[in-house]
Amino acid sequence: MPTFVYMTRCDGCGYCVDICPSDIMHIDETTRRAYNIEPNMCWECYSCVKACPHHAIDVRGYADFAPLGHSVRVDRDEERGTIAWKIKFRDGREKNFLSPITTKPWGKHIPQLADVPAPDQSMRDSQLLFNEPKYIRMDEGDLHTLEAAGLKLKEGVYY
Amino acid sequence: MAYKTIVEDNIDILVCGAGLGGTGAAWEARFWGQDKKVVIAEKANIDRSGAVAQGLYAINCYMGTRWGENNPEDHVRYARIDLMGMVREDLLFDMARHVDSTVHQFEEWGLPLMRDPKTGAYQREGRWQIMIHGESYKPIVAEAAKKSADTIYNRICVTHLLMDESKENRVAGAVGFNVRTGNYHVFKSKTVIVAAGGASMIFKPRSVGEGAGRVWYAPWSSGSAYGLLINAGAKMTQMENRIVLARFKDGYGPVGAYFLHLKTRTQNCNGEEYESKWWPQLQEMVGKEYLDPEASHRTHRPIPTCLRNHAFLNEVNAGRGPIHMVTMEAFQDPHLEEVGWENFLGMTVGQAVLWAATDVDPKNENPELTTSEPYVMGSHATGCGAWCSGPEDVSPPEYFWGYNRMTSVEGLFGAGDAVGGTPHAFSSGSFTEGRLAAKAACKYIDDGKADGIRVSDSQINKRKEEIYKPLEHYKIYRNEVVAGSVNPNYINPRQGLDRLQKLMDEYCGGVTVSYMTNEKLLNIGLKKMHILEEDLDKLAAEDIHELLRAWELKHRVRTAESVFHHTLFRKETRWPGYYYRGDYMKLDDKNWHHLTVSRRDPKTGEYTMEKAPCYHLVDKDEAPAEPEKAEA
Repeated sequence: MPTFVYMTRCDGCGYCVDICPSDIMHIDETTRRAYNIEPNMCWECYSCVKACPHHAIDVRGYADFAPLGHSVRVDRDEERGTIAWKIKFRDGREKNFLSPITTKPWGKHIPQLADVPAPDQSMRDSQLLFNEPKYIRMDEGDLHTLEAAGLKLKEGVYY
Repeated sequence: MAYKTIVEDNIDILVCGAGLGGTGAAWEARFWGQDKKVVIAEKANIDRSGAVAQGLYAINCYMGTRWGENNPEDHVRYARIDLMGMVREDLLFDMARHVDSTVHQFEEWGLPLMRDPKTGAYQREGRWQIMIHGESYKPIVAEAAKKSADTIYNRICVTHLLMDESKENRVAGAVGFNVRTGNYHVFKSKTVIVAAGGASMIFKPRSVGEGAGRVWYAPWSSGSAYGLLINAGAKMTQMENRIVLARFKDGYGPVGAYFLHLKTRTQNCNGEEYESKWWPQLQEMVGKEYLDPEASHRTHRPIPTCLRNHAFLNEVNAGRGPIHMVTMEAFQDPHLEEVGWENFLGMTVGQAVLWAATDVDPKNENPELTTSEPYVMGSHATGCGAWCSGPEDVSPPEYFWGYNRMTSVEGLFGAGDAVGGTPHAFSSGSFTEGRLAAKAACKYIDDGKADGIRVSDSQINKRKEEIYKPLEHYKIYRNEVVAGSVNPNYINPRQGLDRLQKLMDEYCGGVTVSYMTNEKLLNIGLKKMHILEEDLDKLAAEDIHELLRAWELKHRVRTAESVFHHTLFRKETRWPGYYYRGDYMKLDDKNWHHLTVSRRDPKTGEYTMEKAPCYHLVDKDEAPAEPEKAEA
């Protein structure tokens, strides 16, 4: 519808409500379970499905073109850094895929720019960004300029 | 009004929208402004917001200068021919020369980039595209933004920019509301970087019912990048350059990786190659300069994506649809089959859902393709957006007013979809533009340009009243109906969206008219747009969630109005395959080798249109090499 919630698995924790980019996963005030309040603004992005700790959220294809009887399930494991998919066709065939989501543990490898030495005036006056020019080519190669490339902006039709 | 007003004052850099552009801006702002206050206001949750919410299987903009693959000027040449000449080459060059450093950072942060086992270089799927396991692309860049920003406000729908009252045409912050608590948020800021999204759903989608939300670009991309800027009086450019994409039918799965990496091809219902037979006729429309299949074979010059759409549309209209993607050959290789599936699981899960639901296994069956409804955006393969200043060492005087990526409103910067004339930036380019805008915003503040900003309480209160009006309107008139949605005094946001989509489709060249329009149709459409806007004054929202949809609709309508004006102004068919002006079917370089620029007067609502010069940077062709298809 497209996302829907298995009521017996949902405990109303609200992780899906917290993450949904379209603001359509809400908690029903009577049942205290999550539900999709606006199916035709859902993108099947699976953000809520991946976030649900109880695997209580599933997706079915849009009713105006997708027949019933299929499923695409997902298990995203941040600790192992992997995501696993299980695809079930209507006719019962299955396909399984596993891929990495990160090469490094979360939360440790992105520096705090507040702690790096502040840029001096010559850097501010240049065209360079943080960690450039080194990060452009991972060596001492400098930034491209029009002069260095022997170029000049010209007016007129080019083709 | 029962909602609290929460004021965040003394902000130096306010980032509106934290997709790839906004996260890049917040990240870089901390380096150049270590003493500055950086605040993010995001409509959803920055861990999964923007167009990259579900992930990406490729980074579509990477030069590979490190591996001797391409230089920035090569990318300028490529984007220019794909957009048939109409790009801001200074901005493109600037983005391209910095984008590799962005990608190298991503790898250091833990984004899994695939490598070619032989060369050690990143695995290419095309000349500009590298393959990644990008399911967690967005959470990774969000972590970077979180480490840099002072405060992040999730679930804030920014509705308006605040304007300085001591100096005309200078920004002073933004206002919006929290879509969960309903609270009114006021951000007083010296600079604002608009990194909100482009516009999906302003044209009628192909599906109906539930599937009306199954669009290619995220349904929450509500054109706020344009709505916010146009309402503030910023000049816009290339808003007529909407994009139509060839996609897998109903699933909207991208075709780029299939063409480029899996080496698949398309065929008509009879199993025939069809594109080339349309080239002679099309060459008469656009000229050999833009369509020279022979030159494309000899050099790296691709055939523009819109022209390939044109061939697709004409073949279908000639009764030889559907167009199929030939996957059955490539999918016999188990490795390529896995790449084909994971391509979608990493970024367009709905395509895998559709294949599972319809028992289509591309190994045994060639799936159907179709062309999408049009989208208005500035970061993918089209260049809609604000008229921004370029970098000082590249830009000619017409393109330069002091601060890189600053719009024509002082202190107001753009990134990603918000910047006009920089197509083919994609995710990495948007992040890079955010970084460039952040550095320039810091410089703007350090130069004392933001001194003496004044915002009166009356401006803040006026906006508050305006924002919550749909809730008030609902309260007053809801008793006209006992239940249901039919009311003589108001329309709800969904009804307004349906009306907008219908009139954009029929008058501005959507799917049902085969992307065709003309002056008469455009003028009728504009008239209807004005009446729609009158009705938007009577928009009713039942709750805070509907209030969010109400403001998304208002931003979409403003975007659509701008598309109408630009399409009316450019009296030629510059991009056959994206849209056609039936009254000016030919491309007209003599009169229209120019960029279009508009400004809407915030006081009167009147549009002023002008032509701006289109400067070129690099020569036409480069040395002969293997031919390459354009990525859609």
